Amino acid sequence: MKETWKELPIGAIIKEPGSSKGFETGDWRTERPVLDPEKCIHCMFCWIYCPDSSIKVEDGKMKGFLYKYCKGCGICAEMCPTKAITMVREEV
Amino acid sequence: MGVIDIKKIAKTEQLFAPGHRACAGCGATIIIRQVLSVAGEDTVVGFATGCMEVVSTIFPYTAWEVPFLHVAFENVAAAISGVETAYRALKKKGKIKKKINFIAFGGDGGTYDIGLQALSGAMERGHDMLYICYDNGAYMNTGIQRSSATPFGAHTTTSPAGKKIPGKMQWRKDLTEIIAAHGVPYVAQASPAYYQDLMQKVDKALSIEGPAFIDVLSPCPLGWYYPTKDTIKVAKLAVETKYWPLYEVENGVHRVTVKPRKFKPVEDWLKMQGRFRHLFKEENKWMIEHIQKEVDRRWERLLKLEEAEL
Amino acid sequence: MKVVAKTANEAMAEAMRQINPDVVAAYPITPATEIVQIFSSFVHDGLVDTEFIAVESEHSAMSACIGAAAAGARVMTSTSSQGLALMDEVLYIAAALRLPIVICEINRALSAPINIHCDHSDTMNVRDSGWVQIYAEDSQEAYDSVIQAMKIAEEAFLPAMVTADGFILSHAMQRIDMLEDEEVQAFIGEHKSPYNLLDIDNPITIGPLDLQDYFFEHKRQEADAMMKALKVIKKVADEFTQKFGRKYGLVEEYRLDDAEYAIVVIGSTAGTAKETVDMMREKGHKVGLLRIRVFRPFPAEEIVNALKNVKVVGVMDRADGVNAFGGPVFMEVRAALYESEKKPDVYSFVYGLGGRDVKPVDIERVFQMIMDADKGKKIDRLNYIGVRE
Repeated sequence: MKETWKELPIGAIIKEPGSSKGFETGDWRTERPVLDPEKCIHCMFCWIYCPDSSIKVEDGKMKGFLYKYCKGCGICAEMCPTKAITMVREEV
Repeated sequence: MGVIDIKKIAKTEQLFAPGHRACAGCGATIIIRQVLSVAGEDTVVGFATGCMEVVSTIFPYTAWEVPFLHVAFENVAAAISGVETAYRALKKKGKIKKKINFIAFGGDGGTYDIGLQALSGAMERGHDMLYICYDNGAYMNTGIQRSSATPFGAHTTTSPAGKKIPGKMQWRKDLTEIIAAHGVPYVAQASPAYYQDLMQKVDKALSIEGPAFIDVLSPCPLGWYYPTKDTIKVAKLAVETKYWPLYEVENGVHRVTVKPRKFKPVEDWLKMQGRFRHLFKEENKWMIEHIQKEVDRRWERLLKLEEAEL
Repeated sequence: MKVVAKTANEAMAEAMRQINPDVVAAYPITPATEIVQIFSSFVHDGLVDTEFIAVESEHSAMSACIGAAAAGARVMTSTSSQGLALMDEVLYIAAALRLPIVICEINRALSAPINIHCDHSDTMNVRDSGWVQIYAEDSQEAYDSVIQAMKIAEEAFLPAMVTADGFILSHAMQRIDMLEDEEVQAFIGEHKSPYNLLDIDNPITIGPLDLQDYFFEHKRQEADAMMKALKVIKKVADEFTQKFGRKYGLVEEYRLDDAEYAIVVIGSTAGTAKETVDMMREKGHKVGLLRIRVFRPFPAEEIVNALKNVKVVGVMDRADGVNAFGGPVFMEVRAALYESEKKPDVYSFVYGLGGRDVKPVDIERVFQMIMDADKGKKIDRLNYIGVRE
């Protein structure tokens, strides 16, 4: 249930930083990026060029994608120097 | 700062969360992420009304993990002037101890045109702030209308490639030079394709005291009509064709920061984007030559300024 | 307490000095220019701790004020007429963002034609912006109200403008009882903010986009704040009276107890009108005056109560609504009186536009007209007093 006017914070501010994580944009895409971990050299190009902060990085290693948010733009696949990422059509 | 180690930066906290509603492949969101990676969490950002502000703060969702202020379309420079001044006033009274970065972001709409007055005022008054223009060359948020940042010949909805007039007939305003003429300590142009250059420039801008301005080319798949995957390629080609020189003006002296080893004709860049498709008709080919001439002129002028240490 | 001779501009600038805001972002405009100039000299002489931003337009002035207030600073500015009009969109934003900014406003006519003299068109133009509006009758009240406004704004979390008539008050010397600096500081207390942009550990987003599902709720909340402001203003006025003696309310009643005919007036004209009421009373007419001090929030209850026994009301407007019906104050007073038991006849009298002088003989004419109306003579609903016809 959305809040009543009395329950909202003053001045229309948003108090929770990064609350957009509650909005999943993953269903926008028609193609999804798929990683071939053998080819990945962890250069972080995909990470620095992703518009949606959807590259998973753990301990300095590229670990995959946040499919909940990834919009399938294909920039990561295009920029990957070792072609470790391929764009695959989403099945309905 | 030296060479940026993105492996190290990739370990840090993301300050721009996913779940925002920018288009797939949006250049501006890439720029924001690169900028915040350098600026860090002790940063307050201000935004002019436009694509980025709208897609990233749809109540109750916000993509921002740093303090964020949006007031109106033409006044982010004035609003951030106020924030920065309040910071100084409160710091003087001992109420704040942290060092905080103040970054005002505006699209080319809110910067070149309706926001030019506020930007000029803020730069002239010498506030310790950084203004970043994410320059996609049109009023994209309202549906791709021309701005004074739109390149010559581009098709926009208010300068359409029509039967009588083939696109925008004015040159792109050289805003970087206008701000340089204000005599501020640091002014630069950047491209997200050259993230080292961009991030070093942001770092330099934040470390100097006083106003700084960076105009960043921000490719827009929708408004420029190219496939979403090509955003970084287009941002790179703009530099390689000299359309978007990467340079800085530090204390009044021009310096080109990236000189591509081999230059490509501007036609290569125009070819990638549907907004220039009409230039390739026989009767419009003169426009491509016209653009190449102007691009060359601005580049040569830049090199001369650099050489003369002006 | 010090007795001094000051113009309203000087008095308001003094009030600003004593409040000692953290930030002032201002742009000069006649006839408010002096406020900004005097305050600048306070800053440059080190008499205040204020950081002054000499912005390049009034739109930027209010924008910078919003930025500073959002960052937790105590903020003030000053403007008039075209300047206030230029800030229009940002005024609405300041109120919706619930920032306690205070404007020292000098009433001047809106162009065109360009006119630097007094009328109320500038502040009437922004009566729905969400700002508290207090109209001073004289420079003493302007001074006292600026000090109260700071406290009102920080309790109601709504911005407030205090206005004084251009040239009539802004440039005319009057006797002012000034408070001591410490008294003002003690009265306004520590600055209160609704939130803090500079709290890095708790980052907030200010000024989001609302779609159809939230805008109405946010606006309803703002409306509620304006309703609650009625009580806040009365409370602050009572506290002021308690500490310093001078009485202020939402309205001021003058000889209304047994009045049969009353005029409603705002601002410095009330001074002239009170003289006229006295003159006419001596001639035996049962006349009185209601001065509206606080126009926003609109003090409907006080207006209805003050005029409950009056037979005919003449509302004097120093602004024209240009709506083919009647002046702005007239519209609102008449709407309020629709709820009164006796429902007096109400007529509109537009006067004094662009600094056109209003004399006792003009006000006498207004009274005469409404008395004639009561005796059956047909008069127009909308009347213009003092224009060459």
